[in-house]
Amino acid sequence: MTAMTTKSTNMEAPPEFSSTIDTSKYKMIAENVTVSYGGIDAVKNVTMKFKEKSVTALIGPSGCGKTTFLRCLNRMHDMTKNAKVTGKVMIDDIDLYSKEIDPIYHRRKVGMVFQKPNPFPTMSVYDNVTAGLRLNGVRDKKILDEIVEDSLKMAYLWDEVKNDLKKSAIELSGGQQQRLCIARALAIQPEVLLMDEPASALDPIATQKIEETIIELKNDYTIIIVTHNMQQAIRVSDYTGFMYLGDLIEFRETKKLFTDPKDELTAKYVQGHFG
Amino acid sequence: MNSIQDRRQEYRSLFKQNVAKRLLVDKAVRIIVFSCVIIAIIPLGSILIEVFKNGLTAISIEFLTETPGSVGSGEGGIGPAIQGTLIIVGLSSMIGVPIGVMSGIFLSEYGDNALARFVRFFNDVFMEFPSILLGIFAFLIIVLVLGHFSVWAGAFALSLIMFPIVARTTEESLKMVPMTYREAGTALGLKKWVITFRIVISAAKSGMVTGILLSVSRIGGETAPLIMTILGSSQFFSSMDTPMDALPLRIWRLSLLPYDSAQLQGWGAALVLIMIIIGINLGIKYHFMNKKNGFFGQLIKQRRNTTK
Repeated sequence: MTAMTTKSTNMEAPPEFSSTIDTSKYKMIAENVTVSYGGIDAVKNVTMKFKEKSVTALIGPSGCGKTTFLRCLNRMHDMTKNAKVTGKVMIDDIDLYSKEIDPIYHRRKVGMVFQKPNPFPTMSVYDNVTAGLRLNGVRDKKILDEIVEDSLKMAYLWDEVKNDLKKSAIELSGGQQQRLCIARALAIQPEVLLMDEPASALDPIATQKIEETIIELKNDYTIIIVTHNMQQAIRVSDYTGFMYLGDLIEFRETKKLFTDPKDELTAKYVQGHFG
Repeated sequence: MNSIQDRRQEYRSLFKQNVAKRLLVDKAVRIIVFSCVIIAIIPLGSILIEVFKNGLTAISIEFLTETPGSVGSGEGGIGPAIQGTLIIVGLSSMIGVPIGVMSGIFLSEYGDNALARFVRFFNDVFMEFPSILLGIFAFLIIVLVLGHFSVWAGAFALSLIMFPIVARTTEESLKMVPMTYREAGTALGLKKWVITFRIVISAAKSGMVTGILLSVSRIGGETAPLIMTILGSSQFFSSMDTPMDALPLRIWRLSLLPYDSAQLQGWGAALVLIMIIIGINLGIKYHFMNKKNGFFGQLIKQRRNTTK
């Protein structure tokens, strides 16, 4: 483990941030996660616990490491050259970074929605939603049909596409494409949903729809969302973590973090003094 | 002391002054670019016109189907050569395309290591290799060892020409597919080979097809390696272990003969070769590009949608 020079490790921990790990209440626990790119730490020794069926928002100025941290929770850095991750990410008592486990199997428990809509360009709406299932060997047409309808309904896209599921995904509008990506992520029946600024490329109406989707999904999923938009964090999340220069500065219930920030930096950021 | 406002005014005036000149340069560049295209097209066009003009008179059913007549008689046809070209191009493609595509996949998707850099370098060198050397190589390791000319040797030599082209164009096409689709696949818990074969390749298909067609066209016209390997023949294909004819060989032989009738047949054979290559190109391109799920088709469609 790298040297603990960071603020986050020294700060007074609120109850949900205590160092003893009790997995029963938490769906996912990131413990002492450090990510470095070619020797430079982008995320420094971050520990966070995510309660089951809650929405956690990660906020912070550009370059603070929130996306980098989010990608750790799914081992997406395996694809990135030069990226080195240390620490533990526990999903239901299983360490995602342990050498014995197959990340592919555990990624299926964790859905991910990216910043820019990225539906597979050569596939139809139907094929996009079912991609994770079909390419993982699910063949039963009836089950696929059910899951498509269910996932698209959860992503609030069903009504707009139900009459033309064979339409190419790229013919949808940007907001629809993003909701399609949410449906695609939901179709593999994940337990955790990671969202990396899912609404940053969208207009206010599409953004509102995505936010409604997130609030609705909270009933079944543990959601972790990176956002630049503090109002969005307030609207959708139960817990908020504020990151700055790779450190987790403060992590508490959203209402408390925004109304009564403990840290001076957090206070400055949420009041809009920098960012 | 200049105020910032004054300086801005000064900067603006710098921009405005030479508008007329810039418009002129703009126009000049357009004219230069256009004339260069014309200059490049003239020889190409005149070759095509010449081939069509001379070749068309030679073409008949007899010419396309029969074996060559006696030298200088102007009788007979190029049936064996057409057959041989189809066989050798088909066979080379069956060897060269899979190996080339797989190498391209390796270079693009698994190519972040010393081995790949080594392969990429030699691939580029290989691509520029004089084809006659590849013919000699095939001659040495197959023809001499077997003790006779062989269709396999020809296909081997041509596939050596083919595979670096296919590997390179496949690599480039795959690299053009945005990383974000691979990430989306990874996040869905898909294995890497599934992502590569079911998502990345389907998005890169049309670029890969273009590369394959380029290599098919290239080997369709290769002569030198065939001299060393299949030699040429005036009989239809009989076995893999005997000499076989091919259109470039036939064109070469006919053009060396001092008879007008033979040279006319040579033009005819050249026309047939060009038509075969254009036919393969258009046929395959039509098949792949027209499918609405092609990546570039989708891109065009997307752009159209956004400009609407």
